[in-house]
Amino acid sequence: MARYMVRRLLQFVPTVFGALFLLHYLTSVAIQLTGNPVRAVFGDRMPPESVLRNLTERLGLGDPCLEQPFNPCLSLFLHRLESIFLHFDFGTDFNQRPVTDIVAGALPLTIRLTIIAFLVELVIGIIAGVLAGLRNGSFWDYLVKISTVLLIAVPIFVLAVVVRDFVNVSFGNWLRGMDGVPDLISRGVFAPTWTPNYQWASLVVPGVVLGALSLATIARLTRTSLLENMRADYVRTARAKGLRTRRVVGVHTLRNSLIPVITFLGTDLGALMGGAVITEGVFSVPGIGRQVFASIFTGETTVVIGIVTMLVLVYLVASLIVDLLYAVLDPRIRYE
Amino acid sequence: MSDVISSPVATGAGIGAPPLDGTAPPDGSGDLPARERTASLWADAWRQLIRNPLFVSASLFILVVTSMAVFPRLWTSKDPLACTVSGGLSRNPPSAEHWFGTSILGCDYYAQAIHGARNSMLISVMAAIGVVLLGGMVGLVAGYFGGMLDSVLSRIIDVFLGLPFLLGAIVFLVILKDREWWSLAVVLTVLAWTVIARIMRGSVIASKGLDYVQAAKALGATWRRLMFRHILPNAVAPVVVYATILLGGFVSAEATLTFLGVGLQVPSVSWGVMIDQHDGYFHEDPWLLFFPVGLVVGTVLSFIVIGDALRDALDPRLR
Amino acid sequence: MSTDLDISVVPLPPVDPTVPALEVLDLQVEFRTRAGIAHAVNGVSFHLNAGETLAILGESGCGKSVTAQAVMGILDSPPGFITGGEIRYRGTDLLKVSEEQRRAVRANRIAMIFQDALSALNPVFTVGFQLGELFRVHRGTSREEGRKRAIELLEMVRIPAARQRIRDFPHQFSGGMRQRVMIAMALALDPEVLIADEPTTALDVTVQAQIMNLLAELQRDRQMGLILITHDMGVVADVADRISVMYAGRVVEQAPVTEIYARPSHPYTKALLESVPRLDQKGQDLSVIQGLPPTLTAIPPGCAFHPRCRYAQPECRRPPVPPLYEVADRHSSACHFWQEVREDG
Repeated sequence: MARYMVRRLLQFVPTVFGALFLLHYLTSVAIQLTGNPVRAVFGDRMPPESVLRNLTERLGLGDPCLEQPFNPCLSLFLHRLESIFLHFDFGTDFNQRPVTDIVAGALPLTIRLTIIAFLVELVIGIIAGVLAGLRNGSFWDYLVKISTVLLIAVPIFVLAVVVRDFVNVSFGNWLRGMDGVPDLISRGVFAPTWTPNYQWASLVVPGVVLGALSLATIARLTRTSLLENMRADYVRTARAKGLRTRRVVGVHTLRNSLIPVITFLGTDLGALMGGAVITEGVFSVPGIGRQVFASIFTGETTVVIGIVTMLVLVYLVASLIVDLLYAVLDPRIRYE
Repeated sequence: MSDVISSPVATGAGIGAPPLDGTAPPDGSGDLPARERTASLWADAWRQLIRNPLFVSASLFILVVTSMAVFPRLWTSKDPLACTVSGGLSRNPPSAEHWFGTSILGCDYYAQAIHGARNSMLISVMAAIGVVLLGGMVGLVAGYFGGMLDSVLSRIIDVFLGLPFLLGAIVFLVILKDREWWSLAVVLTVLAWTVIARIMRGSVIASKGLDYVQAAKALGATWRRLMFRHILPNAVAPVVVYATILLGGFVSAEATLTFLGVGLQVPSVSWGVMIDQHDGYFHEDPWLLFFPVGLVVGTVLSFIVIGDALRDALDPRLR
Repeated sequence: MSTDLDISVVPLPPVDPTVPALEVLDLQVEFRTRAGIAHAVNGVSFHLNAGETLAILGESGCGKSVTAQAVMGILDSPPGFITGGEIRYRGTDLLKVSEEQRRAVRANRIAMIFQDALSALNPVFTVGFQLGELFRVHRGTSREEGRKRAIELLEMVRIPAARQRIRDFPHQFSGGMRQRVMIAMALALDPEVLIADEPTTALDVTVQAQIMNLLAELQRDRQMGLILITHDMGVVADVADRISVMYAGRVVEQAPVTEIYARPSHPYTKALLESVPRLDQKGQDLSVIQGLPPTLTAIPPGCAFHPRCRYAQPECRRPPVPPLYEVADRHSSACHFWQEVREDG
């Protein structure tokens, strides 16, 4: 087990640098192909050359390698690495405000949103998947199969917009017009957009939307995994041992069935990050995702790059943790 | 990208069954049917698929959408970009004159939907082809040759997987100013090829160990022959399944990226642009949402259904 | 974990040596599939006394495993259904008792081991857990006690360093050791009957011999009845007291082991014996049985073997199915022309 962990950690380090380089290369190529992003921000108004150059330099975009298409800009990359790991500096916005500050302010909300999404997707997803798997072919099974496929087929932003417009606004209005409905519900949970008056309550609906896609995937994964495991040989042995079905499923099959779900959770975080950008944007939750959303519109590419870099690091660490967790659950992996 | 991977990644184990040559039992007497029947995995799968009503309906839908993309004139004679707000033409509900109503800029919504199919389908199909070629090649090589090459390629795949799809797309596209359909297709390819590479690699590794491959090797087949004539035809099955599902995912992704402001831009027409343009008006004029969303969801759903049906048809364990 | 069941639910009749420990009468099992109804077991009967070994012999797909699973009550249902017959344990028809009582019999009185120990054991639990589980669930023992019993069991099947190995997982054992673990698991609660479904098929020849010896020894010690299901004639000769040969879901011949080898009375048995390669046949063609076993959804009328049989006559192709004719003492054969087959030697 120790050998496995050490190996994973050793693989982790080059992967981190590789991913950061990929990110760097993508952004460099984009700049090389389009030109100075700072210039684009000003639109039609042309600032004095000196102002432009100054800003460009301070944002770290002045390296001449950024004018040669497909140049990997290694020195720039190393410089960036140095800023990140030695100075914890992820760049600034166009007003010199450090990205780390921007993120720190927005982080708590995003964390809460993600927690809600995780809880929703895990609890409902696993339960739905288990029930569907156990009652294969029943009405419940079909319900789960169909609803999950629909959830997967609908793009997140569509779901978010539809929920916002028809649940929070339309249904919410109706609730707000009725007497006897507690404010927590009519102005909290079903507030038209996020409101600081009901910080947690108005995060519920966005959280559910954020977790919806993963919920569907987890339910399907659990269902399929359960069905496969129920047909496995060791289930036959367990029954031959005279064990009750409850124990066969709850103890023997469940452990094996949840392994793919755990593996999925690793990639899920990445999907949640992307989803958070959309969900926070649509529901106006002032979290990190909304920051990205807003910075896209203002054209502040350095903020987008800075935040995404941070998120990638978080994602890689989380994947590592999931990998190690996987070894705890599946003993066969420990001896690879 | 909507994560449309809906079940544990098929490693391809079990799908790589050797093509069957049905032979009649040698005994002439008796009551056994002496039918000569040649079957192969794909022919059997096709027979099963044709009888699946879900598969047939989904395929019809895709055919319709494809014909919209390739022959828009067949479906509408109106120009999607002939827009005018004069005469109160903005945001009109569906009518005899404008089957899907008009957009906020006074364009014929139906024409936009038809012409929009082209961009949406083009991006998805091109990206899917790219992903299959790039991912398939890397996965094939990594799986077949193993060893150092495999280690290096797997590391590279891990690196790409470290970049969440949507974030990577945003970061690249936000800088790019001119976003044509091909730049979106390239971005989708670059960010999603690893999915196919992993599947292909697993599938090839599983196929390598199969008896008939060992047999071919023992008969002196060259690595080229082994790879392309023996392993590839069977390892490719799960790749086909996932590529189909990915097609749906890409349609969804294009719409999402456009909504975020990093996808296609006006004056390009696509379903994503249609949705994005009218954000905020859905409450009052729900058809502005209904038609493009219906098309997007319908297309994605159809691809998923086709992919699922393919998976069931190609899995020998279920037969 | 609470005690799931008190074993005294199934009252044990006093041991009556004249009543077989296990008796299967005219068992019928069918599988309802989309391709039609597969008649997997068509009127199988046999009995097993305490302390004796019955071998059930047949090709893949002849219904032997299905029979075993039906006896244990672990048939996959759907698609499998028991549509007729009786399964008598010590005189009580198990098909008529409640599921609770059926469950009590499993592992306690009738146990089963399977062919592939790697897939038959749960990969995510230690061997100690899977062994101890039996005691905790059926006897209500504590975890500590269960652990001790697990170690004893491993020692009983000659696995060295048992104390350390109960913490290992199935994939950490070799094939032969895994099979020993399965045997230990099956014998944990001291059953009266052990059904072994192809226990050595997945093992090397030398390991096969070890496992068979272990089984024989354990059986002798406990006076346990053993049903050995196999397609390997070599394994059978050493170990079995009696043999039932199955084909297409029916028993086609039954006899004590020496009788079957000396005077096979059914064309199928005869062909099986002849197809075993022998050293003194060097230089000659190997004899094979022409054709393939029938698909169970379309079993030929009359005698199921007739398309492949060199003794076949017109009446073999017509119903009814040949009954089991009494050929000699405790020897029966389901062939209209058993005399001819027997005399051919």
